[in-house]
Amino acid sequence: MSATTMQSAAVALPPPSGFVKRFMRNRTAMISLIILLLITLVAIFAPYLAPHDPAKSSLRAIMKPPNATYLLGSDDLGRDVLSRLIFASRLSLIASVQAVVIALGLGLPLGLIAGYLGGWVDMVIMRLNDALMSFPALILAVVIVGMVGPSLTNAMTAIGLVYAPRVMRVVRGSTLSVRQEVYINAARATGCSDARIITRHVLPNVTGPLVVQATVLMGQALLAEAGLSFLGLGVQPPEASWGSILGAAFPFMQRSPVPTIAAGLVISITVLCFNLVGDGIRDSVGRMRRAGD
Amino acid sequence: MSKPCLQVRDLNVKYPVGSTFLGAQRWLHAASDVSLHIDAGETLGLVGESGSGKSTTGMAILRLVTPHSGTVRLGDTDVTKLPASGLRALRRRMQIVFQDPYSSLNPSMTIAQLLEEPLQIHANMSKSDRQNAVAEILRAVGLHAGYAARYPHEFSGGQRQRIAIARAMILHPELVVLDEPVSALDVSTQSQILNLLKAIQDKSGTAFLLVAHDLAVVRLMSPRVAVMYLGEIVEEGPSGRVYDSPGHPYSMALISAIPFPDPVRQRSATRLILRGDLPSLMRPPSGCRFRTRCPFAMEICAQEKPPPAPIEGGGTAACHLHAHGPRLRGRSVQTLLTNRPGEVPQAAMAASR
Repeated sequence: MSATTMQSAAVALPPPSGFVKRFMRNRTAMISLIILLLITLVAIFAPYLAPHDPAKSSLRAIMKPPNATYLLGSDDLGRDVLSRLIFASRLSLIASVQAVVIALGLGLPLGLIAGYLGGWVDMVIMRLNDALMSFPALILAVVIVGMVGPSLTNAMTAIGLVYAPRVMRVVRGSTLSVRQEVYINAARATGCSDARIITRHVLPNVTGPLVVQATVLMGQALLAEAGLSFLGLGVQPPEASWGSILGAAFPFMQRSPVPTIAAGLVISITVLCFNLVGDGIRDSVGRMRRAGD
Repeated sequence: MSKPCLQVRDLNVKYPVGSTFLGAQRWLHAASDVSLHIDAGETLGLVGESGSGKSTTGMAILRLVTPHSGTVRLGDTDVTKLPASGLRALRRRMQIVFQDPYSSLNPSMTIAQLLEEPLQIHANMSKSDRQNAVAEILRAVGLHAGYAARYPHEFSGGQRQRIAIARAMILHPELVVLDEPVSALDVSTQSQILNLLKAIQDKSGTAFLLVAHDLAVVRLMSPRVAVMYLGEIVEEGPSGRVYDSPGHPYSMALISAIPFPDPVRQRSATRLILRGDLPSLMRPPSGCRFRTRCPFAMEICAQEKPPPAPIEGGGTAACHLHAHGPRLRGRSVQTLLTNRPGEVPQAAMAASR
């Protein structure tokens, strides 16, 4: 007994190699993450960074091309486009987070329950899920907003609801495979209740795919918000999001193309970064799981 | 005989496997009328080839699979009749160590979390008491207490199995089902784990049900063995007697498959080599389930299920040879293969070659 103790204690373990290290080696994902962090910082410190008051209009500066005062030009009401974009980043990001939180809040528990319990519970949840998924996301959101009235909160709740089935499918799929693992049986043998097994044993092992899905959804929610606001169904003036700035600038694109292009670029870059970060996480998590086997 | 820790009677486990085209439900009979008992602090070996239902039996005893009928008594409690809440409470008295230590430990939990979990569920202990208990059990299984903060993937197979054993033993259960506890490990690690299990048992007085296909492991670990074939226990008795003079042809075949380390003995050994595969568990043979592969099969074997016959030296064997045909009356099946050629049936002669 003592001999085996000595021997085991003497075995040197390899240093823990983290998910973070692997992610940092992925250059594309790292650059995307840095861009996203910068955008977030811009959103947080918007009042300090914006050169002008985003709501202040000037009759002398209507649709000016970019110049020293207005770096990205001014819009049809004579407001500084750069300042408006900087302030709009707050709303755009918060709106996306809101939608993703709602999608996770609905999709995660339902996916866990459907995947873990199976049987008729799974049947019922999945059929509702299929019904919801058979609608095009944006159209459904337009319908919901049409029913409850246009506002950013309503729009993002609608988007969150529409995206919940996607989260649910991912979570259910991972749960189904995790449920087959021996350690779930071991947890049952230990005397864990179903609730404990789901929260302590299943949930941590589905977070990998979940984080990937949530990141990608952030991008999609941002895009959806932009789309709805572009159509006037999302954020209402005087507040502005990237989508509403794009929507406001779009009719004057012939005369003053810069605001349209700037707003479009900001949206595209942010969405792209979310997707690339999601890909990076997926790759790094995948390797972690394999190393763990 | 001391008080039995575990008593299993006529345990049946069936899995539904689709239906015939007439709509009748078809069943896979994973375990049929399994009866066994284990005394407190004793180890019973359960051996048999793959698919013989030994793991299923172990899982059904812990009700990790639901038995179709039969009773399982742990002490005075009938495990099969407990509601879910009572069953969870009973789990502190019976535990399991799984075969594969690579998949039986949750990869997202640290060793401390894994080991504290049973205490959180069953014992009303403070955080510091739990940590002390974890450190203590880690030392008991031969691991450094400082490993508690690490994750399972940082350990080798043998170390992980030690952790799995620690998790099973931390509540001091009365019974632990060891489901092939060493077959996924290197040979050098196997003996360490087996010695560890023995040392733990000596200290704790826990009863073990050792499910294994490695006969050498079972002989080393358990004074008593039960042999399973196609979901049924065909022979049961003290290890020494079963290994040296098996009363059932299937036990004989299993045991004669153990290689001797000495080539001279290996060549001169009488062996009983089976032909064919395990029959389907969905349509098990009538009468004696072993008859399709038994070199001594007689007419009666297809008609009647053999009752357990007492064997010289202890235990029973469910074989017609003891009452019919050569009428062994409790003697070893080996007598059919070695001496007194006048009594040996033709089939046995062919099989002994």
